[in-house]
Amino acid sequence: MRVQGLLGILVLLALILLPSFLPIYFVLLFTEILIMGLFALSFNLLFGYTGLLSFGHAAFFGLGGYAAAFLIRDWGASMALAMLAGVIVAGAAAVLIGYLSVRLDEIYFAMLTLGFGMMFFTLVHQWREVTGGSDGITGFGSPTLKLFGFTFSLGHPVHYYYFALAVVAGSSYLLWRITRSPFGLLLLSLRENPERAAFLGVDVRRYRWFAFVIAGIFAGLAGSLFSPFDRMASPTMLHWTKSAEPVLMSILGGANLFLGPMVGAAIFFFLEHIITKFTTSWMIFLGAILVLLVIFFPEGILGTVVRRGHGKG
Amino acid sequence: MMETLIITALNGLSLGTLLFLISMGLTTIFGVMGVLNFAHGSLYMLGAYMCLQAMRLFHNFWLGLLVAPLAVGLLGMAIEVQFLRKIYDRHLTLQLLLTFAFLLILDDAVRILWGAGYHTVDPPRLLAGTLKVLGRPYPVYSLFILVLGPAVGLALWAFFYRTKVGMIVRAAAMDREMASSLGVNVPKLFTYVFFFGSWLAGLGGALAAPLRAIGPAMGEKIIIESFIVVVIGGLGSFPGAFIGAMIFGLFDAFGIHFVPRIHMAIPFILLAAVLLWRPRGLFGEEI
Repeated sequence: MRVQGLLGILVLLALILLPSFLPIYFVLLFTEILIMGLFALSFNLLFGYTGLLSFGHAAFFGLGGYAAAFLIRDWGASMALAMLAGVIVAGAAAVLIGYLSVRLDEIYFAMLTLGFGMMFFTLVHQWREVTGGSDGITGFGSPTLKLFGFTFSLGHPVHYYYFALAVVAGSSYLLWRITRSPFGLLLLSLRENPERAAFLGVDVRRYRWFAFVIAGIFAGLAGSLFSPFDRMASPTMLHWTKSAEPVLMSILGGANLFLGPMVGAAIFFFLEHIITKFTTSWMIFLGAILVLLVIFFPEGILGTVVRRGHGKG
Repeated sequence: MMETLIITALNGLSLGTLLFLISMGLTTIFGVMGVLNFAHGSLYMLGAYMCLQAMRLFHNFWLGLLVAPLAVGLLGMAIEVQFLRKIYDRHLTLQLLLTFAFLLILDDAVRILWGAGYHTVDPPRLLAGTLKVLGRPYPVYSLFILVLGPAVGLALWAFFYRTKVGMIVRAAAMDREMASSLGVNVPKLFTYVFFFGSWLAGLGGALAAPLRAIGPAMGEKIIIESFIVVVIGGLGSFPGAFIGAMIFGLFDAFGIHFVPRIHMAIPFILLAAVLLWRPRGLFGEEI
């Protein structure tokens, strides 16, 4: 764990200095990595820590994104308020969906969350009068942050990058504390052996439900950071293919390490960045990389590196 | 009004029939091997493209119907032997992810080989045109699917319940270890089962070719639809796949007709409702 902590601090320092030596393109790329990394971290609280594979996690990401987009477009809301709305809307949905979904586990849980997620997708896709249908919500001004009576513009990519970095770093720290808490250890026991935990008197459904809600809240936060960044909230944010992304990122980086999904997100976007320079069909490469990864490095890239680092490889 | 209802039901049943063929492959693979094959929809799509290619080369639909499923089956077999076999002892999620990787690969490969546009295949001359059903024209090809589906279903039933090989497959589905200790070569059986499942996906695709626009997105749509079918029917259950497919087809067809606005959500509402009511599906074993 010390390795990860040290790595985290070094990476954070590098990220703070990054805009001063990299062109704006990379600032945008890293903003996206940070936001999607937070989305993947929230997913991994359920997947890596609780042992539940959700296939509808994008619903919370998307709901957070739409809530923020509405508030900024219609009320010119500050980012703080937009994020709060995103968290509340996504959290409320997670309370409901989680309550119903944790009755099942394994593949049935995955299918049920897929079903609920796609219900929200069709809702925003079809309810054209309110959500703009497949066009989504666009045309809102650049995000601002109103704090202590001052108004900061976050319109510049570098400003937004620093804002996203602060929010993502803070949220990651919170999530990390959650995984280290007694509650987090309890979640681990649910992943390892839910029956045994139940015999020891743990209310399995209840704690799975809590984990689901926390994961949904942070996914909503990530979504509310994403739509102002993208200047758009579109139904694809809720589609099941978006739910597949944090799964890929978690496995790419390593689902058994806290920062694995974040590293996975970075690998994902860098691969995309490099491969799309040569060809438009980057999915075929991603697929091939996944095949190799699943067969040779099932612990993920960071997982493999850390294990080698401990000299157990 | 009555005519409309019957025509809508026919539409639903013909969609259901196609879904049944595809879901049979999916549920057999899951039942025997415990693998939920994400690439199944892409194999279906490949079946349609192979049929398209056969039509371009030989101008004969029936030849395409014969060749396309075989080619898809062989590809599935190669995937099983070369990749899937190596990770049977790993966690279910990794198997799911491996088949998802093949979904990405196949979808892009199709885009590279045949372009991103949509294609159509004409039905064979024998099945072209329309017939009057209750005074309304109805495509002959859809009626053909409606007849062929149950015929294939019956053949599958006979295979699983009336032949020795079918019995072995069912035995392996019930208890893999027991079948193995009784002398069944389980790894070999897995390869054949994967061939068979992929062949069914390819057959579904080839049959769907004259019915639907052939494009790179068709696999992504059908995989979710067939997941829903097998989950509401009960994973690994053969009668479940049939009933699930018919329910799906009918709900979908009547949904388009009566509640077009929420039609897209109906399959997911159906999925959630069935899972909450019966967590292992209609024909699954209760827990």
